[in-house]
Amino acid sequence: MAEPAATTGGPAARAHDLVLAARDGDRRSLARLLTAVENRTPLAEPALREMYPLAGAAHVVGITGPPGAGKSTLVAALIGEVRKAGRAVAVVAVDPSSPITGGALLGDRVRMQSYAGDRDVFIRSMAARGHAGGLASTTGAATAVLDAAGFDLILVETVGTGQSEVEVAAAADTTVVLEAPEMGDEVQAIKAGLLEVADLVVVNKGDKPGAQRTAAQLRAMLVAGGGPKVGGDPSQARPRPKRPEVLITTAATGEGVPELLVALDRHRSSSATGPTDSARLARADALVWAIVAERLRERLRAPDQSDATRVTLAAVADHRLDPYAAADALLAVLGSGSASPARD
Amino acid sequence: MTDRPIKVLIAKPGLDGHDRGAKVLARGLRDEGFEVVYTGLRQTPEMIATAALQEDVDVVGLSILSGAHMTLLPRITKLLRDSGLEDVLVTAGGIIPDVDVTALAEVGVARVFGPGTTIAEVADYLRTNARPRD
Ligand SMILES: Nc1nc2c(ncn2[C@@H]2O[C@H](COP(=O)(O)OP(=O)(O)O)[C@@H](O)[C@H]2O)c(=O)[nH]1
Ligand SMILES: [Mg+2]
Repeated sequence: MAEPAATTGGPAARAHDLVLAARDGDRRSLARLLTAVENRTPLAEPALREMYPLAGAAHVVGITGPPGAGKSTLVAALIGEVRKAGRAVAVVAVDPSSPITGGALLGDRVRMQSYAGDRDVFIRSMAARGHAGGLASTTGAATAVLDAAGFDLILVETVGTGQSEVEVAAAADTTVVLEAPEMGDEVQAIKAGLLEVADLVVVNKGDKPGAQRTAAQLRAMLVAGGGPKVGGDPSQARPRPKRPEVLITTAATGEGVPELLVALDRHRSSSATGPTDSARLARADALVWAIVAERLRERLRAPDQSDATRVTLAAVADHRLDPYAAADALLAVLGSGSASPARD
Repeated sequence: MTDRPIKVLIAKPGLDGHDRGAKVLARGLRDEGFEVVYTGLRQTPEMIATAALQEDVDVVGLSILSGAHMTLLPRITKLLRDSGLEDVLVTAGGIIPDVDVTALAEVGVARVFGPGTTIAEVADYLRTNARPRD
């Protein structure tokens, strides 16, 4: 390994070196930082502590929709359009993991190959993996890293079928829901759920018959759907200014893509209202809760506590203790700093 | 974390228009628990090196049928080295004569899988030899 400077120090020193290099434009260091936050290696915490305060300027756009709607093709077309304006653009493309093997096939890059020589385009594929709530926090950390590295626009592609993937898109500053015209009635159910998170609805494959009709149907649905949903847990759903615009694109030829970029920029300026912005709150929520959960787990499994935790869990397994009482007991023990097991 | 999946780039350099074998391998490795970035047909060495760098993969698997392996593969391994990716494991699959296999080993192609290699064999090799990770 040819990283003498990086391997001499501890994680904090190594993270610091990578952050400096990434901020200086070194793409290899940026890629390694993304790996660190994705895998939650010991570098992740010092790296994010340093980078998070430097982030916040980028526009994060979630692009979701059914498989085959043309998300990756549209992302590629958007990259081309954004580059014409000289802006740096990053992509995080998320694909599902197999719940059985843990493996994943990440194929979105296939459609985004033309930018290999352009240093201001950075594309990263990510497997959704298993952990509950983990995907949103991992994606949030990855976008913070890309943001701090100077990318002005970050496109996050996720499949609009899994719940967590949709939540990831919904935690973007602007959420685009993509539909394709030929998908017929069966999509109605998907649409209803997906449309709730949409700031912009795009009917792609405008070259196919039925695109205009699909767009008209969607406009009618969205009007009937009515006003904003208010209140509730910010991690579950966020209130949005409803009536998303419906646009038609042909990602394959680029038609409608300049108009989409204009609509994205308009949404950015209309919603970038500082710390109380609901999308940003949802992202902060995912990031912080994942860390709280991780810290709790770490402390409950720490050497001075793990025996007590095991005893408490065993009591629940034997139905001698109910799970609520166990959780309260574990939290109380952590709060008091004592390591005595819960009584059964 | 040591138990995270190994990340593999499967790429098809050269101009021939068939990627069935590469796709079968990509799916097979997914089923073996790998995270596989698949980049499709007609990859230039620059595209492959860029993808390997941005994705921070542990392995680059090159599927090549065109007979251009002695020009393409050394260019790819050189680009990877120039990008600081000398610790990435590079393998190739295809019909490559033994003399060339030796020459390719010298430029950093760790292993050539000939026709008839099973996916399980490839998976075992990668698990044993993929670069050590953080
Ligand atoms: N006719 C037509 N096909 C398209 C268009 N955009 C994408 N496609 C095709 O739709 C298929 C799926 O595209 P992809 O971008 O991979 O979809 P994703 O699964 O949503 O990312 C591919 O065969 C694309 O070539 C379009 O505007 N018109
Ligand atoms: Mg895609």
